[in-house]
Amino acid sequence: MKPVIALFFLCLLPWTAHAAGGHGVTLDKAGIDLQDTESLKRGAEIFVQRCLSCHSAHFMRYNRVGTDLGLSVEEVKARLIAGAAKPGDTMQSGMPAAYANQAFGVTPPDLTLSARLRGADWLYTYLRSFYSDEARPFGVNNVVFKDVGMPNVFWREQGQQQGQFVTVKNGENESKALEGLKLVQPGTLTPEQFDAMIRDLVGFMVYMAEPAQLERKSLGIWVLAFIALFTFVMFLLKREYWRDVK
Amino acid sequence: MIAKLYRWVDDRLPVSHFWNAHLAQYYVPKNFNLWYFFGSLALLVFAVQILSGIWLTMNYKPSATEAFASVEYIMRDVEWGWLIRYMHSTGASMFFVVVYLHMLRGMMYGSYKNPRELVWIFGMLIYLVLMAEAFMGYLLPWGQMSYWGAQVIISLFGSIPFIGEELALWIRGDYVVSDVTLNRFFALHVIALPLVLIFLVGGHIMALHEVGSNNPEGVDIKKHKDAEGRPLDGVPFHPYYTVKDLFGVGVFLFVFALILFYLPEMGGYFLEKPNFEPANPMKTPEHIAPVWYFTPFYAILRAVPDKFLGVVAMGGAIFVLFLLPWLDRNPVRSIRYRSTAFKALLAMFVVSFVVLGWLGTQPATGLLTLLAQFFTLLYFGYFAALWYVSGREKTKPVPERITR
Repeated sequence: MKPVIALFFLCLLPWTAHAAGGHGVTLDKAGIDLQDTESLKRGAEIFVQRCLSCHSAHFMRYNRVGTDLGLSVEEVKARLIAGAAKPGDTMQSGMPAAYANQAFGVTPPDLTLSARLRGADWLYTYLRSFYSDEARPFGVNNVVFKDVGMPNVFWREQGQQQGQFVTVKNGENESKALEGLKLVQPGTLTPEQFDAMIRDLVGFMVYMAEPAQLERKSLGIWVLAFIALFTFVMFLLKREYWRDVK
Repeated sequence: MIAKLYRWVDDRLPVSHFWNAHLAQYYVPKNFNLWYFFGSLALLVFAVQILSGIWLTMNYKPSATEAFASVEYIMRDVEWGWLIRYMHSTGASMFFVVVYLHMLRGMMYGSYKNPRELVWIFGMLIYLVLMAEAFMGYLLPWGQMSYWGAQVIISLFGSIPFIGEELALWIRGDYVVSDVTLNRFFALHVIALPLVLIFLVGGHIMALHEVGSNNPEGVDIKKHKDAEGRPLDGVPFHPYYTVKDLFGVGVFLFVFALILFYLPEMGGYFLEKPNFEPANPMKTPEHIAPVWYFTPFYAILRAVPDKFLGVVAMGGAIFVLFLLPWLDRNPVRSIRYRSTAFKALLAMFVVSFVVLGWLGTQPATGLLTLLAQFFTLLYFGYFAALWYVSGREKTKPVPERITR
């Protein structure tokens, strides 16, 4: 990319940071299921194939994914690792930061914790909300994250969406407001199949943001059961001791 | 053998004396209700924080380049690290839940009144140091909200006339919040302030045991004693209140575990979402909000248009609580025997504190600022009205003994 365009992106930075909040956009429900290990495995594959080309997941180890989702070391190597990384390594992007900075105007953010930062619904809506916008360098804009620097990496699967605008009158000013999106050119997947694919990906990202949550949720019930029993015994003990207090 | 060893130690160290004076022969009113669990629970949370804190320190790195990554290392690679970290983060919020309820109990039953003024003062000092402790601990994960929260709070000191800028610089040790700030906050958070807290908690309990506990009736149990000098309406703390408090501990731990295992972020209130992004001094978040337990005071700060006067109002909101034993001139302790005016005032205070807490989490837009100003007036209004009302209110007769 030409330095001029990169500079243009840089100028937009403070603004995009602001727009990242995505106010006033209704988010679609991701409806992920962390118990669905097969979905998480599919999501992991999509993540390493698509997202890792530009983004990293600095805190996520390949073999941790294997342990948690039930993949052997061989399977992890075969299904998740593309480059020279070892199973014990964390997920690093193939793209050098300096190059990424030049290409996109920003270093693509680390994705390990984005699900905790943004929420599953935000990711699910964001990844499905790109629409054609000739004014943008990659020809797409995003409903949730206005003027985002990222291209629509799933355009083949999703197809092309166009924004539906309505004219809003505010006193004397007229402005265009985005009302919805319309699929104008179908992709290789049906909208239902595409949604399911993104759901797999978001599910994996939610897992990745806190791998311990699988253990946390299954362990919690036993801890609560123990504490309930302890409390009941203490209640009986208290009642016994206080019997003679008038 | 054991008994002989015990005798040998006891002859040289006041073990049994301490046990009797503070537990086995320390008499406590027999009519404590639900509100009286929160003192022992605060002690429990303090212990949880110290213990979980020690284990966190083993893997945490107080450095601007490593802090954020070391927290994620604890969450992912350290055995049970996630459990220890959530104990500490949940503990921080639950500490304030428990302390706020404990303080409200004191306000309801007049526990700050003669002869317990010093107990209240010690308690307020604990609260003050606890706020500093929580504030400094919040910087350590080095997330966006850690960083900008600290930046905003420290800059408040900068608004003090003449010495402000120098003072803020002295606190930070740098022109912006930086590695230097993180390092000193770490030192204060893990050793200096916990030490101060231990001494203050000791003072709080010693002062309490000197005069004895108040109770929901506000009756003095030392007035009526049996032939052996034991209060007729009291029971020894041990075993009666040790078993009762253990039951309270059970209920509390159930709630604690429920949050820890199923809602550790508490919808962004216990762990704020922006803090899952590493601190970035070049990028100010669009909305900076402190953690929930500071938001009432943050709302008061923002309600005042002038920054320095806002700081004064915020400081005043905390300081005025110190004066409570002298602002409340009515000798009747318990809310049960006080006037409707007092009850209404206390209700007003609680509502304004909660609403201010909510307002502090919201952006300060026109209507919300107006609301914050209104409830700030009500907050301070409580203390002014209390002074007026307590001087001339009609109270119900307080019973001599505990009958219910």
